[in-house]
Amino acid sequence: MHLGLKHWAIAISLLVAQMLQIMPMPIMVDPYRPDWVLLVLGYWTLALPQRVNVGVAFLNGLVLDILLGTALGIHSLALSLVIFILAANYQRLRNYSVWQQAFMIGLLAALYHLVIFWLQHMLTDIYFLFDYLWPVLTTMLFWPWCFMILRKARRQLKVS
Amino acid sequence: MDTIFSRGPSLNSRLVLASVLSVLLIILDGKLDTFSTVRVYLNSLVSPLQYMANLPGEVLNQTARALTTQRQLLEDNAQLTRQNILMSEELQRFVVLEQENERLRTLLGSPVRPEVRKIVAELMAVDNNPYSHQIVINKGTLQGVFEGQPVLDDKGLVGQVMQVGTTTSRVLLIADVTHAVPVRILRNNVRLVASGSGQLNRLVINHVPHSTDIEPGDMLVSSGLGQVFPEGYPVGRIVDVIRDETRPFAIIRAVPAAQLDRLKYLLLLWPQDAPQGPVEQGEAVNAPGS
Repeated sequence: MHLGLKHWAIAISLLVAQMLQIMPMPIMVDPYRPDWVLLVLGYWTLALPQRVNVGVAFLNGLVLDILLGTALGIHSLALSLVIFILAANYQRLRNYSVWQQAFMIGLLAALYHLVIFWLQHMLTDIYFLFDYLWPVLTTMLFWPWCFMILRKARRQLKVS
Repeated sequence: MDTIFSRGPSLNSRLVLASVLSVLLIILDGKLDTFSTVRVYLNSLVSPLQYMANLPGEVLNQTARALTTQRQLLEDNAQLTRQNILMSEELQRFVVLEQENERLRTLLGSPVRPEVRKIVAELMAVDNNPYSHQIVINKGTLQGVFEGQPVLDDKGLVGQVMQVGTTTSRVLLIADVTHAVPVRILRNNVRLVASGSGQLNRLVINHVPHSTDIEPGDMLVSSGLGQVFPEGYPVGRIVDVIRDETRPFAIIRAVPAAQLDRLKYLLLLWPQDAPQGPVEQGEAVNAPGS
């Protein structure tokens, strides 16, 4: 039983992240929704870069594109790029304190949103509203908690 | 222990591969729209995820329904009965008017407007993608939903089906920046095009000369010219007409008739020349008199 969970932990956590990403929310809270997929992918990239890196990010981005109804490739490109930066610097980032990490994740989330905005802007005429950047802040604030929960899960299930 | 990149291509080449693939997909899907048939399968593939994500809200709704008090139910019942009486009175008049209209139309030799098939769909999820206004509904190709199908709610036009899956489909709202509806003013039949503004409670009407007879409060109904939306459904109401002579055109804004931010039950229409897909008997809501 535990053996099974151990193998599926990463997949299950990513599935939950995808669900949280599209879960209907009250209109008051909706603009502040953190980028769950980015958070969970980011954690696994830092923890197990040999298992989760650009390939997994690309596939998750594709799923996100289908779920959100954007043109295929937009989220996959943005996620691949951000996860590449994380995977290339994982040793340095691991030594940071959790709040320093949160700051870096925030910067990467900003890059993620800007890349998505630029790509969407090329396809359709959309205007930039500052509200689009709220998730950057919430993603940053959610990182420490995500980090702790996922680390606990990883250690208990001995995922490696 | 495995060190990173001991297997498979290096991280850099992975990024290059992923980027090239993504850009290719963006061009193929976004610009050239080659994936519309594959999208049906992709949407069907992820629909379990959508149903699962919808579950907590659904459970909450169910419990809220189970916890409603008897008094509340009685109040609701009284209100609905009142509404029903008022509406059936209107319906009686409507039936007479419809027959009269039909007779006049046959006298004039113009074609009688036929009843269209319609089914009720339920809202499943609202996308949190801030760049476009789309919703997901719980009907798909199994119920005969097709791309470009008009969608209404009880107040007016909501949008059109953009992508279909087997059990879900995605609806583009009329308030999206990429959407426009051909409309006419109910009062004087002036034809206009109402485009989405990107805000749920705003439509903009572009390229209207200053001299056009248009006033705040005018009702806009679909004109049926684009071959997508059937004629005569309410689209919005004009709120602002700014006739600034220094600009080439008047600035006109309208609010959508449908309450796009609080949709729950929607109506899917099959206009006359629509493709006929498989139909589930019993799902179809028969219009009165048919």
